[in-house]
Amino acid sequence: MCDNCGAAVSRSDFKELEPVLKKYAGIEGSLISILQKAQDIYGYLSLETINYISARMGITPAKIYGVATFYTQFRLEPIGEYLIMLCQGTACHVNGAALIEEAITDHLGIADGETTEDNKFTLNNVACLGCCSLAPVMMVKGPEGEETFGNLTKESVVKALDGIRARG
Amino acid sequence: MKVVVGQGSCGIASGARKTEDELVRKLAESGMGDVTVEKTGCVGNCYLEPIVDVYDGEKLAARYVRVSPDKAEQIVEGHIKGGKVVEELLISKTDEEFLSKQERIVLRNAGYINPESIDEYIAVGGYEGLRKAITSMTPDGVIEEMKVSGLRGRGGAGFPTWFKWNAAKNNRGDKKYMVCNADEGDPGAFMDRSVLEGDPHSLLEGMAIGGYAIGASEGVIYVRAEYPLAIARLEIAIGQAREKGCLGKDIFGSGFDFDIRIKAGAGAFVCGEETALIASLEGERGMPRLKPPFPAEKGFWQKPTNINNVETFANVPWIITSGGEAFAAMGTDKSKGTKVFALAGKIKKGGLVEVPMGLPLKDVIFGIGDGIKNDKEFKAVQMGGPSGGCIPAALSDTPVDYENITKTGAIVGSGGMIVMDEDTCMVDMARYFLDFTRKESCGKCNYCRLGTKRMLEILERITQGKGEDGDIELLEELAVKIKDGSMCGLGQTAPNPVLTTIRYFRNEYEDHIYNKKCTAHYCKSLITFTITDKCTGCTLCSRKCPVDAIKGDRKQKHEIDQDKCIRCGRCEEACNFSAILRD
Repeated sequence: MCDNCGAAVSRSDFKELEPVLKKYAGIEGSLISILQKAQDIYGYLSLETINYISARMGITPAKIYGVATFYTQFRLEPIGEYLIMLCQGTACHVNGAALIEEAITDHLGIADGETTEDNKFTLNNVACLGCCSLAPVMMVKGPEGEETFGNLTKESVVKALDGIRARG
Repeated sequence: MKVVVGQGSCGIASGARKTEDELVRKLAESGMGDVTVEKTGCVGNCYLEPIVDVYDGEKLAARYVRVSPDKAEQIVEGHIKGGKVVEELLISKTDEEFLSKQERIVLRNAGYINPESIDEYIAVGGYEGLRKAITSMTPDGVIEEMKVSGLRGRGGAGFPTWFKWNAAKNNRGDKKYMVCNADEGDPGAFMDRSVLEGDPHSLLEGMAIGGYAIGASEGVIYVRAEYPLAIARLEIAIGQAREKGCLGKDIFGSGFDFDIRIKAGAGAFVCGEETALIASLEGERGMPRLKPPFPAEKGFWQKPTNINNVETFANVPWIITSGGEAFAAMGTDKSKGTKVFALAGKIKKGGLVEVPMGLPLKDVIFGIGDGIKNDKEFKAVQMGGPSGGCIPAALSDTPVDYENITKTGAIVGSGGMIVMDEDTCMVDMARYFLDFTRKESCGKCNYCRLGTKRMLEILERITQGKGEDGDIELLEELAVKIKDGSMCGLGQTAPNPVLTTIRYFRNEYEDHIYNKKCTAHYCKSLITFTITDKCTGCTLCSRKCPVDAIKGDRKQKHEIDQDKCIRCGRCEEACNFSAILRD
């Protein structure tokens, strides 16, 4: 193992991840499930996390990185407290998702993939949330769970985000 | 008496949980705490959510629509306590027709039973199909019944289900797998979500019957991580089915063992392709491989594996209980049964529509969906998502079945129907889908990886007003080569949205390229805003303009400086006198 990896592993004890790794130890083909759980715990997959999983499960970091970058669900950078998943499905596109994105960008000063300076919001465009009759739609994932907002307008999206920010 | 609140994702997004809380509170306050409040899945009238049903015994006494939390009191006081139906909240006759014009097999229980209660599923005949299959039919008998039904895969390709089952059955193996593809990746389709959320047991039952037919003891559901509610309800359903002995060892004392587990996908459209899905199940990057060997021979962990889509499985218990002939009696010669469509886009009444195959497109869009929002002109309907195409209004008599839709250049696909009106730019739609497939290409085949990128670049140029003579021909040439040079369905169908829009809307491409005009007034680089004589000189637009492009004295007609204008449209939105002309 290179020096970098050794140093990284020693920096955190990954206590929360341990039960997950124990659960999947010896079960072939569990890498995606492990990465999903790790991302649930830490919010994203840091290099340290990847290296730790690699060392514990005997999977090369290259392979883990390959899988993590293949799927859109995985993030290699930290996100804000609330993740805005703005639907870019066909129905949303036809009903003006681009205008909603513009309104969010104007209001929060962040583009797709970026996080606000106060670490409150991260904006992610997603493929389709499956609530097509309520297009345009966004799902906001935060400490309280997921909340979906439908029939968005430039005004209502700003109101919804201000409402979330006002929760403190 | 019983109150039932529709709680699919759409209902919840419209505030159904708050309505439910308020109903419970109001009932308690009125001393009617013994009236139960239950949940159900999505009935399909998504545009009317939140929907609240009041049952008198087993009978549906009233269906209330758009019940926001503040209206809970009216229902409690008026109907439940007062015994009088609250007319003003009642579903209208025309909205009722949205459902009565349908033929529901897949959606037979969605919106009626509590998806979190196996007892309610059993009460409507649930698990009887499985009982019949494993206690009184042979695996070959089950497959024969499927053959009689004529059911074809509802995931997109429309391959006969019995044929796949038979192949998996005939391949020997110490272990076989029954896999459900619940990775509904087509943007604009949500029928599978509705089944997963509204009637998860029908999927489990269908998988178990299929498992029995092919000789599998294990089922895996590969479901999108973007559907958290669906995953939660599936987990509940699997737990209940094990407890009741509908899954697990020696089901119904027949000696047949079958269990199901869930695997959450991680977001990759290509994983809808069978071999890519299997790679993903095994924890790998979801890249397709060459076929043969087909999954029926070498699939999950190299064992014989059968993969079907959610809707396909949901049909199976009904077919076994009611018989294949009853199923085959619906639909057309080659496309049997019903199909669920997700009606969305610029449609008045969007939602889930299940109709017999072969109904003309216009009957779905106008007969059930009630036509176009804001009474605009119907331009086209997109079917089949990124693998499909746009069918123009002129072809709205086309019967919706596999053969006729394929003839138009689109495909039935998983059943997404996105309706477009005069304000939708068809070149932009092609660009939109190419942007999607370009991002979702796994990168294995050069033609798909690079070809979709090149096509996207050309389409972007055209929508930006930089289109050149020869672009259309170049797109057509690339399209054919990408289809020929790609290994899996993603690449082979990726050019379809471009080809169909060129076929039916070539004039729009030409307008963009040669006249630098977007007739739908959508493409920003090709529109201009001008101020007409209706202007009263109120100055509102000039204050809203972010680049200071609008000048004019108070009470005088204003002017837009076209060199400065960034075409953001804020003046148009702000103007109270419709004095801004978009051209």
